[in-house]
Amino acid sequence: MLGHNSQSEYSPFLGIEKGAVLQEARVFNDPQLDARRCSQVITKLLYLLNQGETFTKIEATEVFFAVTKLFQSRDIGLRRMVYLMIKELSPSADEVIIVTSSLMKDMNSRTDMYRANAIRVLCRITDGTLLTQIERYLKQAIVDKNPVVASAALVSGIHILQTNPEIVKRWSNEVQEAVQSRAALVQFHALALLHQIRQNDRLAVSKLVTSLTRGTVRSPLAQCLLIRYTSQVIRESGNNTQTGDRPFYDYLESCLRHKSEMVIFEAARAITELNSVTTRELTPAITVLQLFLSSSKPVLRFAAVRTLNKVAMTHPMAVTNCNIDMESLISDQNRSIATLAITTLLKTGNESSVDRLMKQITNFMSDIADEFKIVVVDAIRSLCLKFPLKYRSLMNFLSNILREEGGFDYKKAIVDSIVILIRDIPDAKESGLLHLCEFIEDCEFTYLSTQILHFLGVEGPKTSDPSKYIRYIYNRVHLENATVRASAVSTLAKFGAAVDSLKPRIFVLLRRCLFDSDDEVRDRATLYLNTLGGDGAVVETDKDVKDFLFGYFDIPLVNLETSLKNYEPSEEPFDINSVPKEVKSQPLAEKKAPGKKPTGLGAPPSGPPSTEDAYERLLSSIPEFANFGKLFKSSPPVELTEAETEYAVNVVKHIFDRHVVFQYNCTNTIPEQLLENVTVIVDASEAEEFSEVLSKPLRSLPYDSPGQTFVAFEKPEGLPTVGKFSNVLKFIVKEVDPSTGEAEDDGVEDEYQLEDLDVVSADYILKVGVSNFRNAWENMDPESERVDEYGLGPRESLAEAVNTVINLLGMQPCEGTEVVPPNSRSHQCLLSGVFIGNVKVLVRLSFGVDGAKDVAMKLAVRSEDESVSDTIHEIVASG
Amino acid sequence: MSPPYTDSCPSVKNILLLDSEGKRVAVKYYSDDWPTNGAKEAYEKAIFTKTQKTNARTEAEITMYENHIIVYKFVQDLHFFVTGSEDENEMILATVLQGFFEAVGLLLRGNVEKREALENLDLILLCIDEIADGGIILETDPNVIAGKVASNSLDSASSLSEQTLSQALATAREHFTRSLLK
Repeated sequence: MLGHNSQSEYSPFLGIEKGAVLQEARVFNDPQLDARRCSQVITKLLYLLNQGETFTKIEATEVFFAVTKLFQSRDIGLRRMVYLMIKELSPSADEVIIVTSSLMKDMNSRTDMYRANAIRVLCRITDGTLLTQIERYLKQAIVDKNPVVASAALVSGIHILQTNPEIVKRWSNEVQEAVQSRAALVQFHALALLHQIRQNDRLAVSKLVTSLTRGTVRSPLAQCLLIRYTSQVIRESGNNTQTGDRPFYDYLESCLRHKSEMVIFEAARAITELNSVTTRELTPAITVLQLFLSSSKPVLRFAAVRTLNKVAMTHPMAVTNCNIDMESLISDQNRSIATLAITTLLKTGNESSVDRLMKQITNFMSDIADEFKIVVVDAIRSLCLKFPLKYRSLMNFLSNILREEGGFDYKKAIVDSIVILIRDIPDAKESGLLHLCEFIEDCEFTYLSTQILHFLGVEGPKTSDPSKYIRYIYNRVHLENATVRASAVSTLAKFGAAVDSLKPRIFVLLRRCLFDSDDEVRDRATLYLNTLGGDGAVVETDKDVKDFLFGYFDIPLVNLETSLKNYEPSEEPFDINSVPKEVKSQPLAEKKAPGKKPTGLGAPPSGPPSTEDAYERLLSSIPEFANFGKLFKSSPPVELTEAETEYAVNVVKHIFDRHVVFQYNCTNTIPEQLLENVTVIVDASEAEEFSEVLSKPLRSLPYDSPGQTFVAFEKPEGLPTVGKFSNVLKFIVKEVDPSTGEAEDDGVEDEYQLEDLDVVSADYILKVGVSNFRNAWENMDPESERVDEYGLGPRESLAEAVNTVINLLGMQPCEGTEVVPPNSRSHQCLLSGVFIGNVKVLVRLSFGVDGAKDVAMKLAVRSEDESVSDTIHEIVASG
Repeated sequence: MSPPYTDSCPSVKNILLLDSEGKRVAVKYYSDDWPTNGAKEAYEKAIFTKTQKTNARTEAEITMYENHIIVYKFVQDLHFFVTGSEDENEMILATVLQGFFEAVGLLLRGNVEKREALENLDLILLCIDEIADGGIILETDPNVIAGKVASNSLDSASSLSEQTLSQALATAREHFTRSLLK
C-alpha cells in the first residue's frame, strides 16, 4: 500500500482510509488534548470529505460530538479547524443545540477571529429558532469596529434574509451605519444587505442610490454593486424624461473613468443594457470596450468582446467602429475570444462585406475545436437568412466545411443549417439538395445519412428535375450498411410514388433490392413494390399509399411498444387504433427545449413546426374534440402561475373554426401530495360570445408528473372573437406518505387561484412568412387593399411602437423589418400571416415619429378576402 | 427563479484547486448546479480537459462551459479555477481568482506545487474559507486573506504583530508537516 517510491506519486494522504481516520478521531476525547494532533486528524477528515467520501449518519454524529469536545482547547489554530469541520458536517437541529453555547461564548470573545468565525458558523447551521436569542449579538457585530467581524455578520445576514427576512429587517439601522464604514469590504457587504432588505421598496432603493452615487464608495466591488442598483432604478423609473436625459446616466458614464477595470467594465455593460439605449449614450461605453479589445489580459478581452457581441444583436451599427480590432482578434490564442469576434463580425457585417468575411473565416475554421465551429455555423445560418441574396457564397461555404474533417455534432449543425436554408430560401433548394447528396456519398455517420435520405424523399420529388437525385440514392444501396440501405429503399419508393414518370425506373431499382442480404431491406423493397403496383403498370398512386409513405406517424413509439408487448397472439389482429396517442410528459419536454433553435432535420421539413403536430395529434386523440374540425393554431404556453409555486400551470390556446380549447398543463410540485379529479373552473363572464361546451378533468396528478386538463368553448364561426377568462384550479388533494409513496384514501377538496387568460386577435393569425414580400404583395388583388392612418400617441420609442403593433397582430415580420435602426425618425415594417379560415394576409406598416415622441402609423392591408383586410383594421383600431 | 444578475451581489459558484492530472486537491462548491459528487467530478473533468492545453501561466485565462464562466490560472502542477454565472462580471471573477492563487503563493511561501499544497491542506482549506462565504465574496486581497489564515495557525494567542508573516507561516507549516509524517 505504501508505494511512495516515486516522487510524483507522493502525497501525505497516500493510503488514507476512512475507518482508520475515524478511529484516530478518538484523540478528540483525550483528557489532555494534543492540539496539533487533533488539527491533523481534522485535516484528514476534511480531506476525505473533499475527495467525495461520505460519512454515514452514525459516523457523522460521532465525529460531530467528538469535535465539540475540542472547544475545551484554547489553541486558535485548532479552533479554526473545528469551525471548518462543523460547517462541513452540517449538523442536525438537535446537534446544533450542543454547540450553541460554545459558539455563543466565542461570539462574545475578545479575540476578533473567534467572534467573526463563530458568527459565520452559527448562522450557517442555525435553523431560525435560535436567531432571536443571538439577534442582539449580531446587531452589535454589524457595527463592530473590527471589519472582519462586521463583514461576517453582514454576510450572514444576507444568507439569513432568505429564510427569516422579518428578523433581518429589524437590523436596518445598524446596516445603514455600516454602509458608512471606512472599511472597504464592510461597506460592500452592508450595501448588499441593505439593498436586499429594501428591495421591494422602490422609493427607498432610489434614495439609497441617489445618496451613494453622490458620496464615497470605497471598494470596486461596492462600486459594481451600486452600478447594478443604479441600473435597476433606471429600469424601473421607466420612460425618459421630456428632455431626453436619463436620470443617473451621468453617474454610469463617470464610472467609465474609474481606476478599476472591474468598475469600468461593469458600467460599460450596464450602459449597453439600458432599455432603448441611444447611440449617444452608447458611444462612450463602446469606446472603453474597444480599448479593452487590445488589452494584454485575456479575461478583459473576453469580457469586452462578449459584451460587444450582445450589443451587435440590437445595435450592429454602433459596433462597426470596432471591426478592425475585432478582425485582429480572429487570431487570438484564446479561441473563445476568436469565436466571439468572428460571430460579432458576422452580425455587424453588411451585404457587401460577406464575401471578404467568408474568406477570413475559412482560414480560421481549420484551427478551432468543433464546439466553436458549431457557433460559427449557427452565425452563418442567421447571416444567410438575413441576406438571402448571398445564399450562394454562404451555401458554398457550408458545403466546403461539410467536406472537411469533423465530429458528429459539428456535421449535424452544418446539415441542419443547410436544411433550414433550403426550407426558407426557395432559390437555395436545388443547390442545397445537391450538396447534401454529395455529402452522403462519403458520410461516416449513419444517423445523418438516414436523415438526409428521408429529407431527400420529401423534398427531392418536388424539384424541377427529380431524376438527378436517383443516382445518389441508389448508390447507397450498393455501398452502405443495412440501416442506410433500408432508408435508401424508402426514399426511392417516395420518388416512385410522387413522380409517375419515374415509376418504371424505380421499379427496376427496387426489384434489384429484393436480393439484398438484409431482411429489412428486402422486406421494404417487397412492401413498396406491392403498394406502388410494381407489376409494371404505370398507374397513379393511390391516396392511401401516399399517406402511408408521406404521412406522419402519429403514435408515440413508447406507447406502441407497450401495446405490442401486451398483445397476445390470437385470432384478432393487432389494432393500431387501440394504441393511446396521448403524449405523457410533453410539457416538461417543452420546458427543456425553449424553442431557441430551429431543429433542422429533426422537424418535418415542411408544414407546421413539430409542436403543432404534437398538439394536433394530442387533440385528435381525445374523442370529445373530434368534431371540432381542423386545428387552426395553438398558442405558445402562457404561464398562469408564478415561478416556484405549489402548482405550476400554463395554458395553450387551441383555436378551431367554431371552438377554442384551453389545454391546461399542470404540474404538482409537492412530493407529499397527490391531486385527483383536477379541473379548471373558468369564468367567462368577460367573454360574452364564448360559451363553455365541455370540460375534461384530469383523473390524477402525482408529484412532478405533468398532466393536462381541457376546457372547450364554442364561439362564433370564423370570427376573431376576443375575451377575458378567469381561472380557478379545483381538485381533491390527498396526503402522500413520502416513505412509501402511497396516498391516503381520503382527500380534501381544494381550490387554487390562477391568473387570468385573454384570447386576443393575434390568436387567430398564424405567423407565416413569405420569402419575397414585394412579389407576394403585387400578386394580391389591389381591390382587397385597405389603407388608413392611426395616431399611436407618445411612445417610449419607435422600436417599442413597432413591436407593440407586431405583437398585437401576431404576424410574421418579413425581411428583418422588425428591427428599427437606432435614432430613426421613420420606419417601414412588413408583416405576413394567415388569418383564421386560411386566408393569406399581408400588412405594410409605415411609422413616423415627431419630436414629442408622438408616433403615427399608416396601415395598408392586402388579403385574399376583403373582409379580413377590414378585420385587421378593426383589430388595430380597437387595440 | 434567481433574480436577474443586475440586482444581485457579485458571487462565485465554486473555487477549485486541481492537480496536473485533474485530480482534486481542494474544492468548494457554493451553488446547487452540481447536486452530487458525481456531477461535481464530471464538471471538474470537463473543465480540466477543456483548459488543459491552454497557456494560463503568465495571465489568467477564461472560458465558458455550459452556462458558466470559468477563469483559471496554472502554477507549476496546480490548476486554479473560479466559476461564476454567465451573467457575472468577468473581471470580478478574475479578481477572486487572483486573490486565491496569490494567497496560496504566500501561504506556501512561493512553493506553489501539489505536494506542498497537500502537506499544508489545512491552510488551503482555510484560505478558501476566507475568500467566500456561501458564494458571497468575503475578501479578494491576497495579503489580507493569507494574513487571516496565518493568524489562525499560530499555536498560542500571541498576536501576529510579534512575528513577521513569513515566520508565522513557517512555524505553522513545520508543525503540520512534522506531525503528519510521523
